[in-house]
Amino acid sequence: MIPSLPRPAWLRTATAAYLIAFLAFLFLPLIVVAVFAFNDAPYPAPPWRGFTLDWFLGNSSSGRTGLFADSELLGSIWTSCIVAACVTVLSAIVGMTNAFLIERGRFPGKQVLSILMLAPLVIPGVILGISILAFASRVADFADDTLGLELDFLRPGLPLVVLGQFSYIATIATLTISARLRRFDRTLEEAALNLGASKAAVFRTILLPYLRPALLGSAAISFLMSFADFNTTLMLVGADTPLTVMMYGRMREGATPVLNAVSLFLMIASVVLALTLLRRGGSPRPKPDE
Amino acid sequence: MRDSRWHGRLALGLLLAPALLWLGALIVLPHVDLAVLSFRERTGPRVYTPSLAQYKTFFAEPLYWHVFVRTAIMSVIATFLTLLLAFPIAWIIAKLARGRAGSLLFIICLIPFWVSETVRTLGWMILLRESGVLPALLVKLGLTAVPVELLYRDATILVGLVYTSLLFMVVPLVSSLESLDNSLIEAAYDLGAGGFSILRTIVIPHAAPGITAGCIVVFMLTLGNYLTPTLLGGKNSQWFTEQIYTQFITRFNWEQGAAFGFLLLGLSTALVMLGLRASGQRFGDVMRRT
Amino acid sequence: MSTPDLVADAVVKRFADHVAVDSLSFTVERGSFFSILGPSGCGKTTLLRMIAGFIAPDSGDIAIGGKSMQGVAPNRRPVNMVFQQLALFPMMSVGENVAFGLARRGMGRAERVKRSIAMLERVGLGSAADKRVDELSGGQRQRVAIARSLVLEPTLLLLDEPLGALDLKLREHMKIELKQLQASFGTTFVYITHDQSEALVLSDHVGVMSHGRFEQLGTPQDLYYRPQTPFVAGFVGANNRIVGRTTETDGAVAEIATTDGWVVRALKSGAIATGDAVEVFVRPEVAILARSAAELPPGQPHHAGDVQSVLFDGANSAVLLQEARSRREFRIALPQTGQFSDLKPQEKVMFSFDPSRAVCFPARTGA
Repeated sequence: MIPSLPRPAWLRTATAAYLIAFLAFLFLPLIVVAVFAFNDAPYPAPPWRGFTLDWFLGNSSSGRTGLFADSELLGSIWTSCIVAACVTVLSAIVGMTNAFLIERGRFPGKQVLSILMLAPLVIPGVILGISILAFASRVADFADDTLGLELDFLRPGLPLVVLGQFSYIATIATLTISARLRRFDRTLEEAALNLGASKAAVFRTILLPYLRPALLGSAAISFLMSFADFNTTLMLVGADTPLTVMMYGRMREGATPVLNAVSLFLMIASVVLALTLLRRGGSPRPKPDE
Repeated sequence: MRDSRWHGRLALGLLLAPALLWLGALIVLPHVDLAVLSFRERTGPRVYTPSLAQYKTFFAEPLYWHVFVRTAIMSVIATFLTLLLAFPIAWIIAKLARGRAGSLLFIICLIPFWVSETVRTLGWMILLRESGVLPALLVKLGLTAVPVELLYRDATILVGLVYTSLLFMVVPLVSSLESLDNSLIEAAYDLGAGGFSILRTIVIPHAAPGITAGCIVVFMLTLGNYLTPTLLGGKNSQWFTEQIYTQFITRFNWEQGAAFGFLLLGLSTALVMLGLRASGQRFGDVMRRT
Repeated sequence: MSTPDLVADAVVKRFADHVAVDSLSFTVERGSFFSILGPSGCGKTTLLRMIAGFIAPDSGDIAIGGKSMQGVAPNRRPVNMVFQQLALFPMMSVGENVAFGLARRGMGRAERVKRSIAMLERVGLGSAADKRVDELSGGQRQRVAIARSLVLEPTLLLLDEPLGALDLKLREHMKIELKQLQASFGTTFVYITHDQSEALVLSDHVGVMSHGRFEQLGTPQDLYYRPQTPFVAGFVGANNRIVGRTTETDGAVAEIATTDGWVVRALKSGAIATGDAVEVFVRPEVAILARSAAELPPGQPHHAGDVQSVLFDGANSAVLLQEARSRREFRIALPQTGQFSDLKPQEKVMFSFDPSRAVCFPARTGA
C-alpha cells in the first residue's frame, strides 16, 4: 500500500525481503561474470584459485590467451562496432524522417502506415532474419540469372546484418523521436516564423536543438541494441562474425574466462553509456535482443 | 499558391520515401516472399510447384507440433511469472519509494538490461552448471552430496526467460502505476476498501493497459527467443526457433523453414490479438506504452 | 448539549524542518459547517489528513463523535473525505462510484443499487448512474464525489478544497449548492480552503490558520467585523492597511501618525501604549467619499486625496486614492447611487471614516 495508509509490520518485512531477493536475482549473474574474469583457473567456475589478470593481458607465452591478445575476439568487437555505427546512422535518419511524417504529414493511409511502422517490434527477430535472408537471396539470384549481375551485398554478410538489425531498430528510433516531437510546442515555431526566420532556419535553430536529446538517446539505444542483437544477426551472418555470435559459439563449446573478460568490458561500456545518457536527461530504455 | 502546394508535395514525398523503402523492402516484401516460399514444394532441381506440403509435414510430424505447443505453453508460463515477479517491484518504484529513491531504484533495475543477453546468459551458466557456483554452494551447505546439474532443465529455461524479460514488464508497469493518482487509493480506503479489494477494483483496472503491454511484449520476446533456451536448455530445450534455424541454416530447407516461421508468426499474432481483445486495448496504444 | 462531532486537543505534527500543525485545539459542533481558512502552506491540509487518518499526529488527540481516533485506521473512522481533485474512480460508472463504499461493507447488490440511486437523486443526478465519470460536468462530478461519501452516512465529511479545480462562475454556483446540500443532509462538514469568500459564505464557524496555528476562530461575522489579529484583518475581506506609530492612546481610540505625516484614528485592539508601532486596518466600505468636506459626516476626521484610478466592477466598484500628504494608496468602495459615476483620475476628493469601525493592532515583528 502507499505510504499514507497504514502498513502492518509483516508487510514491511515482506517488502524488504522481496526487494533484497529481487536485487540479488537481478545482479547475481552479472557479479559472477565479473568475478570469474579474474579467477586464476582455466574455466570460469569455482573454486576461487586466486587473482589474475591473465584473461585480459595473457598472451601465447603465458599459455593463456587474454582478451587483448585474442585477435579473433578483438576482430569481432570491431565488426560489431562497424555494424552498430551503420545501424545507428541509418536508424537516426529514418527515425527522424518518420517522426516528421507521422507527426506533421497529412496523407491518405497515414493510419495504416503508422501501425505498420510498429509491426517490426512484434515480429520475432528470427523471422525478420529469415525473411530478409530469403528475400535478399531471391533478388540476388534473379539479378544473377537475368542480368548476369553478381550482387554480393545481398548474400549473407555484414550488409545484410546491418539491414536486418535496422529493420526493427528503426521502429524504436521512430518512437523515441516522434514522442519528443509530439510534445513540441508549435507556437515556438510560429513565433520564430513570425520573427522572420525561414523554414530552414526554424528547423536548424528551434527544432533540431529541441530534438537533440531524443536523437542522442535513440542513437545510444540503437547502438547498444545493435551491439547486443543476436536473433536477427544469427540468420544473416556471413564470414565476419559480430561479437554476440562469436560469444555464443564459444559458450556452446565451453570457453575460457576470456569471455568473462570481454563481458566485463561490455558491462562497463554499456553502463557508462547508460549513465551518461541518464545524466543528460535522455530516456534510456534498452530494447530486446531481437 | 500552386508553388507552395508543389513544395508541400515534394516535402511529403521526401519524408515518405525512406519510410516506404524501409517498410517495403525490409518488412512487407520479405514477408510476402516468405509466404510464397512456404506454399511451394521442390519437385525437381530448380523446379518448384505450389503446394501445402510444408504445412502438412508440420502436422504429420509429432515432433514439430509438439515443440510448437511446448514453446507456446512455456512462453505463457514465463509471461505470467514475469508479471508476478515484476508487479511488486514496479509498485515499490512507483508508489513506495519516494522521490529520488524511486528513480534511483528504477535506474538500478534497468542497469542489467543495458548489458547484452549473451553476457547475462553467461552469468546464469556459470551459476547453474554442474561445476558452477550454485551446485558448489549446495554441496557446501550439505543440501546435496554431489554437485547437481542445474542447467538443461525446463525450470532453468523459465528462470532465464523471466530474467531476460523482466525489464519489458517493469517499465510499462511502472509508468502505468505512476499515473495512478494516490488520492484514488486513499479515497477507496477512506470508503472502506481493504488492500485486496483496492488492488482488484482500483489498481488492476487502472494498470490494465500497462499490464497488457508488458505481457504482449514479454510473450512475443519469449516466443521468439533463441539464445536463452538453447544455452540454458541445451539439447533439451526444444524451442521452436531452433527448428526454424535448423531448417533454414543447417538443412537449407527454406520452404520448410518459411512455413515454420509463418506458424510462429501466426501463433504470436493470435495470442497478442487474444490479449488485446481480453483487455479491450488497441495495438497502437499498447505499443506506444512500451 | 450533544457531544461535539469533532474535538481536536493539542494536536501537533512536525515535519523534518518545520512544525506543520502547532498544538491546535478546537471543537466542531454536530451538524455545523466548519471551515479552516488559510494560505497555502499554513498546515490546513496536514490537519485535514490527520482528521481523516492518513497522517498520525505527533502528539495530542483527535476525537470524532466522542471517541478518540488514536490508532484507528482511516477506513475505520466514521469520516469520509471529498478529495481535492475529487478522486472519482474513472474505471467505474457514476453509480458504481457511489455504491463503492456500500459494496465494501458487504451490502447486497440490490440494496446497494437502490441506495446509490436514491442518493444520486438527492443530489439531482438520478439519471446519471450509468454514465461514465468523464461524461459529467465539473459541477456534476462534485456532487457525485459528495454523494459517494454521504451515502455511507459518516459522522463527519471532510472536504479538501473541492472547488479549487472549477472555474470562477461554476465555483460561485457550487458554493450555494454546497451550502444547500449541507443544510439538507445535516451532516457535519469540515471544509478547508484558501479562498476567504468560500469560507465566509459557507461556514457556521471558521478557523483562520497561519503557520500551524489558529489566528482566530469564530463566526464569519466575527472574523469580518471583529478581527483579533492583523493577519485576520488582512486575510479576510479587503482592507486598507496603514503602518505608523501611536501619538495618543487615551480611551478606546488611538491616534496614529505615519512616518510621512498622515494622522488617522482607530479603535485599539490589544495592549497599545503611546509611541508603539501599529498596523491600522480600514475596510473600503467603511470610508465615505465626498467632493467637499461639507458633505462628510460631522465629527469624523477628514482626509484629502486625489483619485488615482476608478475600479469599475458593478456592485463591487471602488476608487483608488492617494492620500494628499503621504501619497499612500487608499481604497474606498463606491456607493451604488451613481453619485460618483463621473469621477476622473487626478480629481481632488475628501474622505473620512468612523474611527470606531477602524482597528489598530500592535505591529507584527517582521511585518
